[in-house]
Amino acid sequence: MINVGILTGFGINADLELGQAFEMAGATPQFLPLTSLIEDSRALSGVQILAFPGGFSFGDHLGSGRVFGQMVKSRLKDEVDALLARGGLVLGICNGFQTLVKMGLLPNIEGDWTPTVSLITNDHGLFQDKWVKVRYNDKSVSPWLRDLQEADLPIRHGEGRFVTLNEQVRKDLKERQLIALTYENENPNGSQDNIAGITDPTGRVFGLMPHPEAFTSRFLHPLWRRRREVGSLGLKVFENAVDYLK
Amino acid sequence: MRVEICYARPQLDGRGAKLLKNLQASGQYPTLKAVETLDVILLDQTCGLNEASLVGVFADPVVQQGRCDGTGPSVSPLADWTLAIEVSFKAGVTDPVAITAREALGFRLQKFWPEEAVVQTAVLYLFALSSAATAAEIAQLTARLHNPLIQQAIVLNRLEWTQGRRFPDLYPVVKITSGGRAENVPLTALDEAALLKLSKERLLALTKEEMRAIQGYYLDPEVQKSRRSVGLSVEPTDVELEMLAQTWSEHCKHKIFQAEIAYHDKVTGEVTQITSLYSTFIKQTTRDLTPERPWLKSVFHDNSGVVEFDDSTLVCFKVETHNSPSALDPFGGAITGIVGVNRDILGTGKGAKPIFNTNFLCFGDPRTPADQIPSGLLPPKKVLEGVHRGIVEGGNHSGIPTVSGGFLFDESYLGKPLVFCGTGGVLPAKILGEDATVKHIEPGDLAVMLGGRVGKDGIHGATFSSLALDEASPTSAVQIGDPITQRKMSDFLLEARDLGLYKGITDNGAGGLSSSFGEMAEASNGIRLDLDLCPLKYAGLAPWEILVSESQERMSLAVAPDKIEAFLKLAHQRDVEGAVVGQFTASGFVEAYYHKTIVAKIALEFLHGGLPRMQLRAVWVPPVRHETPLGNPANLKELLLKVLADPVVASKESLVRQYDHEVQARSVVKPFCGEKADGPTDGAVLRMYPWSPKGLTVTHGVCPRYGDTDTYAMAMNAVDEAFRAHISVGGDPERASVLDNFCWPDPVESAQTPDGPYKLAQLVRACRGLRDACLAYGLPLISGKDSMKNDAVMNGKKVSIRPTLLISLMGAISDISRACTTDFLEAGDLILLLGETRPEMAGSIVEKVLGHQLPGTPTVRPRRAFAYYKTLAQALRRGLIRSSHDLSDGGLAVALAESMIGGRCGAQVTLDEIPGYFWHQATDAELLFSESPSRFLLSVAPENWEEVQKLFSGSPLSVIGVVTSSSQLIVESRGKRLIEVELDELLTAWNVLATLV
Repeated sequence: MINVGILTGFGINADLELGQAFEMAGATPQFLPLTSLIEDSRALSGVQILAFPGGFSFGDHLGSGRVFGQMVKSRLKDEVDALLARGGLVLGICNGFQTLVKMGLLPNIEGDWTPTVSLITNDHGLFQDKWVKVRYNDKSVSPWLRDLQEADLPIRHGEGRFVTLNEQVRKDLKERQLIALTYENENPNGSQDNIAGITDPTGRVFGLMPHPEAFTSRFLHPLWRRRREVGSLGLKVFENAVDYLK
Repeated sequence: MRVEICYARPQLDGRGAKLLKNLQASGQYPTLKAVETLDVILLDQTCGLNEASLVGVFADPVVQQGRCDGTGPSVSPLADWTLAIEVSFKAGVTDPVAITAREALGFRLQKFWPEEAVVQTAVLYLFALSSAATAAEIAQLTARLHNPLIQQAIVLNRLEWTQGRRFPDLYPVVKITSGGRAENVPLTALDEAALLKLSKERLLALTKEEMRAIQGYYLDPEVQKSRRSVGLSVEPTDVELEMLAQTWSEHCKHKIFQAEIAYHDKVTGEVTQITSLYSTFIKQTTRDLTPERPWLKSVFHDNSGVVEFDDSTLVCFKVETHNSPSALDPFGGAITGIVGVNRDILGTGKGAKPIFNTNFLCFGDPRTPADQIPSGLLPPKKVLEGVHRGIVEGGNHSGIPTVSGGFLFDESYLGKPLVFCGTGGVLPAKILGEDATVKHIEPGDLAVMLGGRVGKDGIHGATFSSLALDEASPTSAVQIGDPITQRKMSDFLLEARDLGLYKGITDNGAGGLSSSFGEMAEASNGIRLDLDLCPLKYAGLAPWEILVSESQERMSLAVAPDKIEAFLKLAHQRDVEGAVVGQFTASGFVEAYYHKTIVAKIALEFLHGGLPRMQLRAVWVPPVRHETPLGNPANLKELLLKVLADPVVASKESLVRQYDHEVQARSVVKPFCGEKADGPTDGAVLRMYPWSPKGLTVTHGVCPRYGDTDTYAMAMNAVDEAFRAHISVGGDPERASVLDNFCWPDPVESAQTPDGPYKLAQLVRACRGLRDACLAYGLPLISGKDSMKNDAVMNGKKVSIRPTLLISLMGAISDISRACTTDFLEAGDLILLLGETRPEMAGSIVEKVLGHQLPGTPTVRPRRAFAYYKTLAQALRRGLIRSSHDLSDGGLAVALAESMIGGRCGAQVTLDEIPGYFWHQATDAELLFSESPSRFLLSVAPENWEEVQKLFSGSPLSVIGVVTSSSQLIVESRGKRLIEVELDELLTAWNVLATLV
């Protein structure tokens, strides 16, 4: 049995469908309020995957994911490192991705959780809900991305513009194949190099702005009535993780 | 201490970029070159944190930097700024960012940031202008950046900055020294004039009859004896008077819908006495339908209407309005409206989880020139922007998808915008083995207030919304909702619900604790409140203010004494504040104490039953109209483009895209459909569970302009519009229920409202139309609300809204894989028109566009329509229909254009075989633009036509054309080409709002 810990609380709100997606992929989700983990983190020792769902932790005030990231980093860093040391996986979607980035767990090239990239307000300044085409990096070693080429996924964010601290980080991401997926056809938020998601050097920590958990059925695709094939479901991401851990 | 945070490099500030774009688009700031924004956090103490730590708390180390010495602007990437404006909240207004800042600071400190410490936030805007800003430009910019009702703005130009002037280290804080005790308000000896004066001065919004009834209660010797026995004066306390005014407010008691009405129809001579419109037309309609609608679970008596979804799941739905607050503070009013109606769902039964939001927003035309806006009113564009932002934040931050709704633009909404906010929820049929719709509150249970603290915000909201707006409207009536605080509370409540930690729950909305506990007390027959136990935002509130404050994010609960410890412990762990503030009793009284001294004792029977019924007069005389038939205008293409570019019809995509409509992963039919995902859909279809084909539909109907001739027809049309949209997306015709939300101009005859009897007759007729349509379609009314004072008086000029009835429908669809959308799918498909077209143009969009009155009120014939609605539902279930679009504003012509836009294809259509007995009386223009109800534009694959024809035998259905692979709309009549227009031209006209807002 594969246990997935799904963090909740403080304005996280896409937890339910993330749990459903893991369940459909064959894993057992467990919802873990961050407030409980701060008091007693033992629940984390039983999970193989730790997932940070989308939402608006702390209302995106003071920067999306920042306050939530500070809480996790200062209280649960050892537990997350232990999870990764025993071969576990970490996923962050949208606000979860923002959290992973702001606390330095992504891309974490040096392994010390120092933030080197960020996700900031979209270049047009607006929150947008729309479907985009993404291309997965076929050179990535990430278990999350196996057999994925391209897909349609919804984005729903106001702060998804990916930026790096400097050119060196930008270069490292490219050369080490840490760019997990990029926007195709259009850049919806001004992200550097069209980046929609990245992994850490092990590939086991994965974060992305689009919402694969919102595409677990063909009937959720905006063109399902017009297309016989709607392409690769977001569900595949979760199945990959479960297959890897089996 | 000021902590100022800015981006370290240029071109990273998306907030600044958006503002720059909007300002430049307005054309009002020709010399503006660049904008940069800074976040400012203001602290009165640092608790030993040094500058680097403070900046570290608030700045993103990858892209931002900060200063603590007030010189932030000098390190901003915008080196050549010439003007700085800082906007902050006024003292006492909720500042959600400051709440987060306090948490972040506490986190850095590893303990709570001191409660008494001041934490404020501000946004500092830097502008680079190529020449010095004029005083007018500065005034205009400042007005744009803030709402003086709730915010303050400070302006500094570069010269002043160079001379050493700085922004404040701290803004004023609330310091209240008055209040803190209850006062007696003598009224037993007052005459009528003095009673009315008292009502007006204290903003009680009570009539002389009502004041008389209150006086009578206090003169009752039994009451006086009971008061003396507990040490109360025979004169009411301010606590009691405020509680009565709140409970008896139009907003809470719906006095007009409960009134005794003498209705006189001058046309037919009918004279009828109606006792309560609500009982007669709304409750009775549902009662009549109950035998055939066994899935109705809990209607009218809870915070929302509840119906069965399946054996183990219930769904509920509620729509509220938040008009008056939105007129004053569009952003705050709208966001409070959203989170407020979310709480209605949380407070339904044992507590439901919100799964979708809807909204319908009515504004003046955003293009209204400034000189046509009565002074004292906000321009409609500013109202629209603020309300829209409130809806965006309210829904998105709460994690509730905004799935359905609309925008209506009409000059009559200049005085008061209408902001309808709806929420649907889900709850298990049984919770811990008990029926989830039942609350049982018993004497001895503890009264608990949960969530945010009490401040002066929203005081008199309930009574104020029961008055017309005027220049002196109280600013304390504005509250600002904080979705994040509420989300935490909502997560906690659902957890506590499933653990059985509480017995009863209701929300705190209008009227605050007075309303919530006043109503809950009926269950046990009494309550004792200890007002000093309520956690306050700041000291110094008078007891009556604590009781009626509408501070947000609060729920009221009944908790059994043996569960209270577990309840409060879990609340604390989840970072939600809860406090026991009283106890339910069986005394028959609401009793309030303040520091152990009794400050209120009112008999429940009088509080809820003592209100005298209003006696009103309604007189129906049909309005005088100057109608000229549409005839056959020469250029129908031009008319179509004009209609498409009217804001009512035009695409709202730029606004709706900003709503998260997909969180919770339920959206099967989204707000848009088609090849480029920009065609409008008729309504939303949501799946409930990933493993089940069953889903929900959500649709709306509203058509205030039809009320110009007769509100009876208007109401029938609104019901029909919502129901036909439900059918169009694939809904089950036997499984839908509706909510009614009336927004009316004041219909009570008075010196200010001499036409009250007419407006009341309009209300009576709308209620009759509502009933007739609902009975014919088998649509039970499960909840509703009314807002009856939608007038504004500014500079002596009265602006009243058009009577508006919004119908919101929640229905079932048995198989989401058969859901339908409006976009044409494939070239070669046949285009069909279902339903009769008659020359019905009164109140139509063409009438609005042309600016002169047209004849023929759109009239619903529900019995005839229902027969083919059922057939259409069957055809959709069998997969025979490729696309379905219900005809509404702009009739056939607009529906054709929209289905083409969705399909990115062409259409060739003839008007020679439009179904309907009266087609020959209609001109081509009328056939194209008539707004006859109950019609659908369908497309079917040619191979299915025969089967479709057989199925619909006897229904008004014809093939009127074919979908083409061209990019043209071609309309012909008797061999003559009437319209030939390119898809691109249609799109350009239709996308007119994309650049406006």
